Amino acid sequence: MPGQSAATLRKQPAASPPITRVLSWGRYPKTAHHYVHKPAWNDQVPEILKTAAPGSLLPYGLGRSYGDSCLNAGRELIDCGRLNRILGFDESTGMLRCESGVSLSDIIDVFLSKGWFLPVTPGTRFVTVGGAIANDVHGKNHHCAGTFGAHVRQVALHRSNDGLVICNSETNSDMLRATIGGLGLTGVIAWADIQLKRVAGPWIDAESIPFHSLNTFLDLSRESNDRFEYTVAWLDCFAGKNPRGIFFRGNHAADRGKEFHPGRGFTLPFALPAWMLNRYSVRAFNTAYYRIHAGKKGAALVPYDSFFYPLDSIRQWNLLYGRHGFLQYQCVIPETNAEAFEELFDRIARSGMGSFLGVLKQFGSAPPAGLLSFPRPGLTIALDFAMRGERTLKLMQSLDEVVRQSSGALYPAKDARMSPSLFEASIPRWRSFVPYIDPKMSSSFWRRVTEAG
Amino acid sequence: MTNPTPATAMRKVVILGATSGIALEVERQLARQGCELLLVARSPQRLSELEGDLAVRGAQQIFTYAADLAYVQQHAAVFDFARRTLPDFDTVLLAYGAMHDQKDSETSVDVLLEELQVNFVSATAILTLFAADLERRRTGCLAAITSVAGDRGRRSNYVYGSAKGALSLFLQGLRSRLYPAGVRVITIKPGPVQTRMTDHLPNAARFADPEQVSRDIVRALERRSPDVLYTPKVWRYVMMAVQQIPETIFKRLSF
Repeated sequence: MPGQSAATLRKQPAASPPITRVLSWGRYPKTAHHYVHKPAWNDQVPEILKTAAPGSLLPYGLGRSYGDSCLNAGRELIDCGRLNRILGFDESTGMLRCESGVSLSDIIDVFLSKGWFLPVTPGTRFVTVGGAIANDVHGKNHHCAGTFGAHVRQVALHRSNDGLVICNSETNSDMLRATIGGLGLTGVIAWADIQLKRVAGPWIDAESIPFHSLNTFLDLSRESNDRFEYTVAWLDCFAGKNPRGIFFRGNHAADRGKEFHPGRGFTLPFALPAWMLNRYSVRAFNTAYYRIHAGKKGAALVPYDSFFYPLDSIRQWNLLYGRHGFLQYQCVIPETNAEAFEELFDRIARSGMGSFLGVLKQFGSAPPAGLLSFPRPGLTIALDFAMRGERTLKLMQSLDEVVRQSSGALYPAKDARMSPSLFEASIPRWRSFVPYIDPKMSSSFWRRVTEAG
Repeated sequence: MTNPTPATAMRKVVILGATSGIALEVERQLARQGCELLLVARSPQRLSELEGDLAVRGAQQIFTYAADLAYVQQHAAVFDFARRTLPDFDTVLLAYGAMHDQKDSETSVDVLLEELQVNFVSATAILTLFAADLERRRTGCLAAITSVAGDRGRRSNYVYGSAKGALSLFLQGLRSRLYPAGVRVITIKPGPVQTRMTDHLPNAARFADPEQVSRDIVRALERRSPDVLYTPKVWRYVMMAVQQIPETIFKRLSF
């Protein structure tokens, strides 16, 4: 907008801006924010940081964290969605420089046709680069590629006290490590350099194999991890101690000139009534899902989007869980304590609050890329539970006991309710992270798990 | 990715106000089609960020020029630059504008005049320069973003509305003048869109998505019709109804 003088004439935002409702993907907790800043250019960010009160801000991407790690109840957010520019790309090396609000979906749209793909992708493409770094997300290739943060070569960070800080392996390497997995608390990422990966095309050589116990899963996983870049399993935890599931594995396929048509998917228009999701409907869904995939077992050439992002084809699938939202429970447990999973499944089965699509994955042994990174050697499982109040929270507390006793950990990006002591057990290094927090940043999650005001 | 060739040739586009919220989305879509772009905006820094983005997204060639279009004195240089770097441009899109708090322009004549200067006076000046060139070459398309607010003077927003309404009238006359030369003139009237200009307004979350609005704009630039584009489409009918309300009633309405 022209007229530099316009800026001086423009009224300051009113003293008490409207209360804005922002939800995370789980739609729990329901929070109101004092204000949501929406900078469209990086040059506007320093001013926002400068004028903010201490501990009042948190960067926000696409809100795909499940719990409250992307929320800042009663305070302010910086929505980075408009900071979505690709600043440069080196065709010979695959090094991408982009702003923090660029989505992984956008990166795929621009670069897959040029023969480049994300080095690591989570189960949805609708997250921002900033969010992928802040949560140091992992994907089906964790056993060979590590986390998203392992492919971040450099970030530029807006800090309220020392301007734009460039962090890479040579300069400010400790700040880079703190920012990877740092839950947005170290500042606003202005841009990041990400190493993309060469691929032949959009197709995946995929296989699916039914299994009937945790031990078979482990055997399959160990046997596949050397030969397959991507491995993951789906699990029906209604089956109790001997869960059935489908093991998926795949590699990028060589180009066979097959024509590719991206799918469109549909959008769930509103929250389903809560009663539609009950133990019978979920059990029926899980059985149907199992039968369909068990019937299709074997190898196939599948498009990348249905392999990596099956749930993205239903936009707003979180509304399936109704008005009150849902909680995701993702923990990791060392393989030596794998029997703890039987106890987890048993407790879930007894509660009658089964989950769609438990997702099971064996993490690799790569050292963590960030100070607070969640992935570590072991088995990780993610389960969704509709929020039914106290009953749901009780079940999760009882799962917490199992996780704690088996030296496991919970994933902050998925959490809305873990206790400070379980956080301490999950991320024991968090105190050494505190000095890296930007004094203007805070989050609902951080205040909750560190019991800070 | 191969791009469909637009129905009419639309390969070389000048965008005045290239960093406005709507322009940003339009440019992305044009870049994806492999267009050549000439971008004019105030901030050289923002222009260079934008240039990098559009180049990666497929724009064939990008030229940028930093100027404050609100100041008519800078127009000659802008036009010169366009003539030199992209002499056979075929489309010009005017996308800048400014909206102040209406209350401020009621109490300050400076604010009032500034709003008219940015949205109307300067816009007619720069359009006149580009119109003459297209008219001489007997080709191309001239488009400007006005607003549904210009269709009727409302209590809460009549200063911005009158500037945009006057610009719509100007475009109407220009369209008729350029018709014999085969130059199209498109008046683009968006409803409220979620951009920086409207963030401070109540209900901003319900405003139209700039991506959707830009799709409509790009389609209008490519096709033979319409002369006046309402986007989202529903606003054509809403404004039709609003214009029917008798003045004796309308003056009592506070919206």
